[in-house]
Amino acid sequence: MTGYIVRRVMQAAGVLFGVSILVFLLIHVVPGDPVRLALGTRFDPETYEALRQRAGLDQPLIVQYFNWITSAATGDLGVSFRSGRPVTQMILGRLPATLSLAFGAIVVALVMSFTLGTIAALRQGSKIDHVATAISQFGISIPDFWMGILLILLFGLQLDLLPPSGYVSPLDDPWRFLQHLVMPAVTVGVVSGSILTRFVRSSVLEALGEDYTRTARSKGLRERTILVGHILRNALIPTITVTGLQLAYLLSGVVVIEVVFSWSGLGLLAYDAVLDRDYPVLQGAVLLFAVFFLLVNLIVDLLYSYVDPRIRY
Amino acid sequence: MSGAATTHEAEAGAPPAVDTRPRWRQIADLLVSNRLALFALFVLGVVLLAGILGPSLAPYGVNERVGSIVDFRLRPPSLNHIFGTDELARDVFSRVLLGARASLVVGAVAVGIALTSGTLLGLVAGFYGGKIDDFIMRAMDVLFSFPAILMAIAVVAVLGPGLVNAMIAIGIVYIPIFARVTRGSVLSVRELVYVRAARSIGASDARLIRRHILPNVAAPIIVQTTISLAFAILSEAALSFLGLGVQPPAASWGRMLAEGRGFIQQAWWMAVFPGLSIFMTVLSFNLIGDALRDVLDPHQRSAIESQGLGV
Repeated sequence: MTGYIVRRVMQAAGVLFGVSILVFLLIHVVPGDPVRLALGTRFDPETYEALRQRAGLDQPLIVQYFNWITSAATGDLGVSFRSGRPVTQMILGRLPATLSLAFGAIVVALVMSFTLGTIAALRQGSKIDHVATAISQFGISIPDFWMGILLILLFGLQLDLLPPSGYVSPLDDPWRFLQHLVMPAVTVGVVSGSILTRFVRSSVLEALGEDYTRTARSKGLRERTILVGHILRNALIPTITVTGLQLAYLLSGVVVIEVVFSWSGLGLLAYDAVLDRDYPVLQGAVLLFAVFFLLVNLIVDLLYSYVDPRIRY
Repeated sequence: MSGAATTHEAEAGAPPAVDTRPRWRQIADLLVSNRLALFALFVLGVVLLAGILGPSLAPYGVNERVGSIVDFRLRPPSLNHIFGTDELARDVFSRVLLGARASLVVGAVAVGIALTSGTLLGLVAGFYGGKIDDFIMRAMDVLFSFPAILMAIAVVAVLGPGLVNAMIAIGIVYIPIFARVTRGSVLSVRELVYVRAARSIGASDARLIRRHILPNVAAPIIVQTTISLAFAILSEAALSFLGLGVQPPAASWGRMLAEGRGFIQQAWWMAVFPGLSIFMTVLSFNLIGDALRDVLDPHQRSAIESQGLGV
């Protein structure tokens, strides 16, 4: 067990190293001079030199990488080409919005997938099963940003039930924060939930055929006890992994959905950085997304071997 | 339970019927017997037709005004303009028709890039194993650590927006998936008797891979290709929606959706029809992917499920 954990952590560290090189190179493979590009028409030689030196672009590449990675490790991701503000500060300011959206979406996805998936599996081959399968097929294929627009049109504008877009900090006004959260969270959550639904369904079907389910039934346990204590409990194990992997989707889905709903999180920050050619900000945001993804996967893998002791690597 | 057992005995009693039809025929028949797949094939046929013949089928040009802006701006769907007109008095139906080509081309080229490089990397990794395998697969892990759309956005940020760069960006994003699928399948056939036999009579590595391994790992790759087409088209739409993909004056569904978003309250048709086109195309590729998997590769769990993939 300890050996596995050590190996897995080492592997993640290796991948993180590769990720850091890619993210670092991002700013250096841009054709032309990134600082000049970022300044655009507001070019003036003094600002230019200051930014170049601040970004350390006048030094050899390896030195630059070393400097960048050591300061990144201590939480210093450089300064924005546009606003001159520290990137770390900008990112931290956006983090609550993205995390709350991801969390809301995961809740929507889990509720949807466990309800639909379990019902579909228990009534395999029935009308309900077909409907659940169709819903998940639709959810997988629908462009999430289109669904977002349709939701805005229907609930935000026609019915006037929810605010059509924007982000309100929960510290300022928890109720309005929740109102704003509903549509983006549903948009991201339904796509994730559709993929998870298929997975929950097949896991439950598998558990239904297992010996322990038959034993539980022959002991005369109530169906509800069997469902919760035996079937769902075992179906949960593989679902953990997929839910972890889904975070990758959630995070990338979040980028486009944040743009659709003007939800001022990390995704919108990264998108604005691309439009503004603000490479340090883009670098920081991309690095954070990748590190988060690696961490989640690491935790999921470790959790997996803990929840299911049969698994040995 | 008992019902299944009886059928099984009955089957065991009768000599198993040997299907003498050619394999492609079996696959074609099974696809046709699947009504959903048939529907999907029909939709894709229409989209493909629009992609190829669009310019001669469309009643108006991409940027052609159907009349004066004042009179024909934001007209709702009617007999003359079944999808309505947009803010510049252009025919939405014509633009949807002409936008099919961008989606199909970007999707196909991007998946082509991912398929060739990913399959090659996966073959080499799985076949040679050891250090090579480690190196390739860790590199794939690195690529896989970036959320797909964010990765594509970052690549476009570096290369600049546009049709070709969108293809490259989306292609790169999907390389690790093909590498993983291929490597996994290669590992499962590498030590099988017929491969070992071929090796023992002195077949070269290239011949072993081409003649013995590749044909036997093709099924999951074909399925993955179909499903990736769906996701690549979704990614292209997302990139174009963000203004980073296909650039005007060319029409693209994602771009039209972005434009329609600004007029959502006055002209729902501007956003609804392009979105519906993306949705139907993606849905069709997914349905065919599922049907193909049932036929070709029944043991493989849905690629979407096993990899937790999303756009």
